[in-house]
Amino acid sequence: MSTAFRTCPVTRLKVHSQADALIKANAVAATIFLIVGGIAAFLVLLTRWQVVHLLDAAWFYRMLTIHGMSMLIFFILFFEMAVLYFAGPVVLSSRVPAPRIGWLSFVVMAIGALTVEWAMWTGRADVMFSSYVPLKAHWSYYLGVILFAVGALTVVGLFFASLVVAKRERTYEGSIPLVTFGALTAAIIAVVTLGHGAAIYIPTFLWSIGVMHVDPAVYRLVFWGLGHSAQQINLGAMVALWYMLGALTVGAVVLNEKISRSAFVLYILFINMAAAHHLLVDPVAGPAWKVWNTSYAMYLAVLASMVHGFTIPAGIEVGQRLRGVTQGMFGWLRKAPWGDPGFSSLIFSIVIFGFVGGITGVTFGTEQINLIAHNTLRIPGHFHATVVGGTALAFMGATYYLIPLIFRKQVAFWPLAKIQPYVFAFGMLVFTMAMTFAGTFGVPRRHWDITFSNTSFDLQYSPAVDLVIGIMAVGGLIAALGGAMYVLVTVWSVFFGRRFDLETVKTGGQI
Amino acid sequence: MHTALEPPKGVWWKPAGRAEKLWVGIAFGWCLVLFAMMPLWHLKGEQNTTGIRRKVEPEAFQARTIEFIQQYQIGTEKGIPVVEPPPGSDVYLLARMWNWVPILKLQKGAEYTLHLSSMDLNHGFNLYPMNINLQVVPDYDYALRIVPGEAGDLRIVCNEFCGIGHHTMIGKLIVVDESAETVTYGGGER
Repeated sequence: MSTAFRTCPVTRLKVHSQADALIKANAVAATIFLIVGGIAAFLVLLTRWQVVHLLDAAWFYRMLTIHGMSMLIFFILFFEMAVLYFAGPVVLSSRVPAPRIGWLSFVVMAIGALTVEWAMWTGRADVMFSSYVPLKAHWSYYLGVILFAVGALTVVGLFFASLVVAKRERTYEGSIPLVTFGALTAAIIAVVTLGHGAAIYIPTFLWSIGVMHVDPAVYRLVFWGLGHSAQQINLGAMVALWYMLGALTVGAVVLNEKISRSAFVLYILFINMAAAHHLLVDPVAGPAWKVWNTSYAMYLAVLASMVHGFTIPAGIEVGQRLRGVTQGMFGWLRKAPWGDPGFSSLIFSIVIFGFVGGITGVTFGTEQINLIAHNTLRIPGHFHATVVGGTALAFMGATYYLIPLIFRKQVAFWPLAKIQPYVFAFGMLVFTMAMTFAGTFGVPRRHWDITFSNTSFDLQYSPAVDLVIGIMAVGGLIAALGGAMYVLVTVWSVFFGRRFDLETVKTGGQI
Repeated sequence: MHTALEPPKGVWWKPAGRAEKLWVGIAFGWCLVLFAMMPLWHLKGEQNTTGIRRKVEPEAFQARTIEFIQQYQIGTEKGIPVVEPPPGSDVYLLARMWNWVPILKLQKGAEYTLHLSSMDLNHGFNLYPMNINLQVVPDYDYALRIVPGEAGDLRIVCNEFCGIGHHTMIGKLIVVDESAETVTYGGGER
C-alpha cells in the first residue's frame, strides 16, 4: 500500500492513486454529459424563443428529454460520484476500499447512461425526464436507468465502506470533517432516493415489456420520491462543497459543528416527504396529506438550508478576520478573492440557490400557490435556479480546485476562468427570473409552440410574454456562453494543460 | 478554530455562539409562521385543490361524459360539442390526445362540480387567462367544486407533455354572465 499514495502539496492530504483515478474518470464522464446536455439546452432555448423557433416539434421534445436526463441524472450523478471519492478517501487520507468495484460501478453506470442516450437519440424514448406512465418508452430506456442507478448505489456503498476503513485504519483523529459529514448525508439520501428509483423503474420496465400494470397515480407518487429526492442528493453535495470551497478559498472556519451537522441531519429526516409538493394539484391525495408533507416536513428541511445560508458566510467572515482581513464591517467581503473562480462561484451559488431557487421553491410548496404555478414556466424557473445556478455552479467552482489538486494540471486560460462564474451566474439569474415571470402569465413548460399557430382555438398571450421570453433567451444564451467557457477551460486544462507547478517544486512525492 | 476539511478533535457538541443562536431562532420562528399559515389558509382561503377523488375506468368516464353531452348539448364548434349544463350540476371534461371534450358553457357565480379525467396519458389543465392549473391523471376522476368568477371566452391549455401533438391540445370554456343580458358568447355554429 505504501507506493499507492501521494501527498498533496497544498492540502497535505494523502491521496490514494485509485481515488485520483476514479475521481478523474467520473469527472470526465460528468463533463461529457454536461456537453451533451448543454448542446440540448442551447437547441431547446432557441426553439422556445419563438423568434427563432429552431427545432421541429418532434426534435424539440426529444432534445428536452435528452437535456433533462443528461444534465439532471448523468452529469450531476457522475460528478457526485467524484465528490464521494473526494470527500471519503481523499479528505480522510485513506484508501479506496475495493477499487475494482469502483471501476465496475463506473462501467455499469456508463453502460446504463449510454443505453438511455441511445434510446433517446433514436426516438425510442420521447417521454421527458419524468416519463409519466402510461406514456411509454422503449424498455431499454428503463433498463438503462436501472443499470445507472445500480452503479451509483454501489459507489455509495463504497463510500460508506471507505468511512469504515478510514476509521479502522486510523487515518484521521477525532470525528470525520464536516465536508465528509455533508457528503455522508448526501449518500444516505441517495440510498433512500435510489430505493424509490428501484421501486418505480423496475415495475415500469416490467410494464414496458407487458408483464405488469402500473397505476399512473402511484407512478407519480413513487417517481417523485426519486425525482425530487435526487435533487436533495445534489443539495447535500452542494452544501458540502460550499463548506469545502470556503475552506479552500479563504480558510473559512466552522463556527459550530453541532449546528452545521444538525442542519445536515434535518435534510435526511424531512426532505423526502417534501417531494409531496409535486402532487399538490393531483387528484389522489387528500388535504391533510398534502399540508402535512409540504409544510411541516418541508419547512424543517428549509430551516436547514437557512442555517447553512448563515453559517457558511459567517464562517468565511471569521476565516477572513483570522487571516488579518479585519477592516470595517464588510472588509472581509470586499477584500475577498473575487478573482478566484472558486470563491466567486461559491458566493453566486449561495445567492442564486437561496434567494431565487429557495424562495420560489418554498412558495410553490403551498397548496394555493401551486395551483397558479404547477406546470407553468415558473417551475423550470425555480429548479434552474436551484440545480443550475446553485448545484452546477458549485460544481464548477469545485472543478477549479479539482484540476490542480487531483488532475495536477494548471487551470488553462486563467483570465477566462476568472470571469466564467460571473458570466454564468449573471446569465442564469436573468434566465431563471425571466422564466419565472413568464410562468406567472400561465405560459406552460414543455411546450413547442406558445403562439398556438395550428390549433382549433386561438390564444394570444399578453405582449409582455414576448418580452419576457426574449429576456429569458438572452439570459439563457449568456449562461450558455458561460457554460461553454467552463467546458473550454476544463477540457483544455485536463488534456492539454501544463503540469501543476507547486507539486514539481515542493513535492516529497510518493511516500 | 478549524476548517470544514479538518476532522474536529474531542467533543464538538458545544453551545452555539450568540449570533448563530439568534439566527436559528429567527429562521425557526419564520418556519412556525409558515407552519401556521398552511392549515389556516386551507381553511380560510377559497381556492383549495382538494376535490372528490375516485378511481374510474377511462371507458366509464367517457361513457358518462357522452351521456352528459347528450343531455345538455346546445351546439357544436370545430367538431366539438358545446354543452350548457344547469347550475349546480355535475359537469364532465374529458382530456384525450389532443383535445378537451366538450366545450363547457357555464354561468358566472353558479356552482358546479367539475369532473376531470383522461382517456389516455397524463394531461395538464391550465385555464387561460386565470392561470389555474390541475393535473389530469388517467384512471382517476378529479372532481372540484367550482364557481366561475368572471365571464369570458376562456381557453384550456394542456400543460403536461402528452406526445407529439401536445402543443395543439387546446380547449375552450365559456363563462356567461346571465345578469348582463348583452353578452352573447354563442356556441359557435349551432
